[in-house]
Amino acid sequence: MRRFDLQRMGLGLAAPVLALVVALLLSSVALIISRNSPLTTFKSMLDYGVDPGTIVQTLNRSTTYYLSGLAVAIGFRMNLFNIGVDGQYRIAAFFAAVVGGWLVLPGPLLMIVVVLVAVVVGAIWAGIAAVLKATRGVSEVISTIMLNVIGGGIVAYLLDPGRLGTLIGSQQVSTRPMPADAYLPGIPLPGGDVYGFVVVAILCGAAYWVLLSRTRFGFDLRATGLSEPAAVASGVSVKRMVVRTMLLSGGVAGLVGMPLLLGESHAYASDFPAGYGFSGIAIALLGRNHPIGIAIGALLWSFLEQSAQILDLEGVPKEIVTIMQGVTVLSVVIAYELVRRFSLAQEQRRVGAELRAAAPAEEAS
Amino acid sequence: MTSTAPAPARGEAAGGTAVELRGITKRFPGVVANSDIDISVRVGTVHALVGENGAGKSTLMKILYGMQKPDEGTIAVDGRQVSFSSPGDAIDAGIGMVHQHFMLADNLTVLENVVLGAEPGGFGRLDTGAARRRIKELSDAYGLDVRPDRLVEDLGVGDRQRVEILKVLYRGARILILDEPTAVLVPQEVEELFGNLRGLKAEGITILFISHKLDEVLSVADEITVIRRGTTVATVRPADVTARRLAELMVGGELPSPETRESTVRADQVVLSIEGLSVRSPDGRAVLDDISLRIRAGEVLGIAGVEGNGQAELVEAIMGLRPATGRVRLGDRDLTGLDTRHRREAGIGFIPEDRHRQGLLLEAPLWENRILGHQTQAPNVSGPWIDRGGARADTERIVRDYDVRTPGIDVPASALSGGNQQKLIIGREMSGDPVLLLAAHPTRGVDVGAQAQIWDALRAARADGLAVLLISADLDELIGLSDTIEVILRGRLVGTADPRTVTPEELGSAMTGAGGDTGPGADPDLDDPLPGTAGPGLTGTGTTGTGSPSSDGRDDLDGRGES
Repeated sequence: MRRFDLQRMGLGLAAPVLALVVALLLSSVALIISRNSPLTTFKSMLDYGVDPGTIVQTLNRSTTYYLSGLAVAIGFRMNLFNIGVDGQYRIAAFFAAVVGGWLVLPGPLLMIVVVLVAVVVGAIWAGIAAVLKATRGVSEVISTIMLNVIGGGIVAYLLDPGRLGTLIGSQQVSTRPMPADAYLPGIPLPGGDVYGFVVVAILCGAAYWVLLSRTRFGFDLRATGLSEPAAVASGVSVKRMVVRTMLLSGGVAGLVGMPLLLGESHAYASDFPAGYGFSGIAIALLGRNHPIGIAIGALLWSFLEQSAQILDLEGVPKEIVTIMQGVTVLSVVIAYELVRRFSLAQEQRRVGAELRAAAPAEEAS
Repeated sequence: MTSTAPAPARGEAAGGTAVELRGITKRFPGVVANSDIDISVRVGTVHALVGENGAGKSTLMKILYGMQKPDEGTIAVDGRQVSFSSPGDAIDAGIGMVHQHFMLADNLTVLENVVLGAEPGGFGRLDTGAARRRIKELSDAYGLDVRPDRLVEDLGVGDRQRVEILKVLYRGARILILDEPTAVLVPQEVEELFGNLRGLKAEGITILFISHKLDEVLSVADEITVIRRGTTVATVRPADVTARRLAELMVGGELPSPETRESTVRADQVVLSIEGLSVRSPDGRAVLDDISLRIRAGEVLGIAGVEGNGQAELVEAIMGLRPATGRVRLGDRDLTGLDTRHRREAGIGFIPEDRHRQGLLLEAPLWENRILGHQTQAPNVSGPWIDRGGARADTERIVRDYDVRTPGIDVPASALSGGNQQKLIIGREMSGDPVLLLAAHPTRGVDVGAQAQIWDALRAARADGLAVLLISADLDELIGLSDTIEVILRGRLVGTADPRTVTPEELGSAMTGAGGDTGPGADPDLDDPLPGTAGPGLTGTGTTGTGSPSSDGRDDLDGRGES
């Protein structure tokens, strides 16, 4: 039994290592084709990446990515593809910012209300897709993608000086800024402050793990993801699970904009970043939907993005990082699938062999 | 086994041996699917391969079609030894397979389906003219009556099957494997198919016909090879054998001994009572029509029927997996309108017919599979939390009590052999003291040892007062285990049989709706391949399947009705 666990762990490590090696090799090929030296490029990225200032930037971005990855992973565990995290977090952050700017409350209380509003709005926005799927059988892939666009449109419409926005400076439209006592303090590091929201993100990761592996709800969710017919036969109401899971995923998606809103921007302006939801999909894939895996994925993803800032100065096109990210996701997905199949076959052989050894007479009959 | 022998006097008829399998053995983890299979098939004959579900027929066909490699043994086609590593190799050698489930694209025409993957022409151009001519030739030569330009979605089941056959012929097959081709057909269509097969045979095509329906096999085959428990036990000619004899060969004469069956029925204690249960298919057809039955404590009620006559729907309706009208009561409790989880909590255990699809999470460890279906019940959970300790301990108990052969409870369910997976499921469904067990094909595809253990477990539970609804395609299992047998046909209960007196042949006749008729095997005319006197259920409604009805019509079904 022990030997077998060690082997399993070895296999578990084999996949990410294999994937990273392949990703590095393929990225090197891309660099060589674009007439750059892979070694110097990687070295300058590494040097810049470990600079204290860059580390803080990396951690901050990872916090956002981690939440986004979690939101996507919740759906993935049930074979639900919530492509709509992007729209969900933007519309959630927008309304949360509006409430934060208008409501008069003591700072800490206001922060809690703002976060709750974000969770609720994110859940509602995802809930539309959930209800469509449960009642009408509309694929959540299609509906969430469309809801991304609709959400963006709604925000753009409302973020107008005549409506919920105010003009800041000459060009920028923003929601009314939140009061200073509702600024979430950061965690000081040598290179600057890390978003205080990182604590919430870590708690979310822990809650995700507990929910999925220790609760009945999590069991039903995973069972549905592993085999829907088996889950149905076991008494799971798949429609109900679709709705609940999407609400949960959307709720977490609502948190994606919070590190930035509470820790840095304190208002939703027209330059509030988009696209974190799509990074979340890649990160959930990278992290194999595991809370620690997603954390590693988020760190890697934002490390690549942050350390790439130096490349322009080195005369290397920054887009090389996009290639590296894509290649990493692909090789991780492929490596894990290979290892999964290998270990499944291995396991079957092993069980067969052990049983044959145990009962040779049985076989002969 | 009196007639254990490879095909007698090979080459006595015209032509030599089309396919020769010698000593084929295939092992899967924990089970031997095929061992020492010997078959030789003569050119231009219909050779039937019969055996119970799980006897190893489909594994053997997968080997012959190149989908799996045998661990031992040789395959020879037309006298030359071959080794297939993919279906492509088999196709090149002239072997074609018509699958039980059609593999046709509905939104394409017949022609497009036929050429799919073997498109004539080149440089991206599809030479439909050549393809159309070739399809026409083949269709005429073999009397298939396939019209190339119809959309597949407009075709009936029988027509689709002919398209499948033509597709295989188009690729140059001279040896056809038909995997349970009649499972999806109504009797008239079966007749037509048999007519087509005779036409193909006359043109020198060799046909391997897999089935477990004895009457059909006896009416269409030239030779019959019986497979039991993964090995060939006999090759016989239809003229020399009765259905009874074939059935015995299939089950090995080890009919479960009736003397173990002193009744444990508690007459005053009705556990399940169903009234007027009906299920409609999405197109409005009644797949289950006004079923009423009762099962008492300690009683096993067997449902006999040809697959697809509503058994699966009956079980699913009782489980709440399928919308139905009518009443279902469990003891004093009305289950109508309850969802599956509540029905399980009320005390229903469920052994699904397809354990991989409905019974297990293949990639999850055994102890998580123990929780499946009992997510709300002790010892698996406490409140909203999973009780890992409780679930694991109880899994150990099931592994011990039900003799599940596994190195531990952390291995994924997929690592176990079919029989051990099934024992795990049965152990799981028996825990939590159910009052009713729905057992659909509980020993399908499991090895002998596991089968006996499963039977023992069912008998023991029945003695403890469990009510069991047993669905099985294995008539001897039904007769051996049941206290009462109800026959289901086209969604209706059409008769009751007493398992103490009924024979498998009588049951078989009743299942096909031919009543009274005592077994097709006794009929001396059967050697004559023409139908009309063929077995029960096959006598269609006046149409004999030879030749092709409807020469012009757009709609085959109409043509058939009028002819």
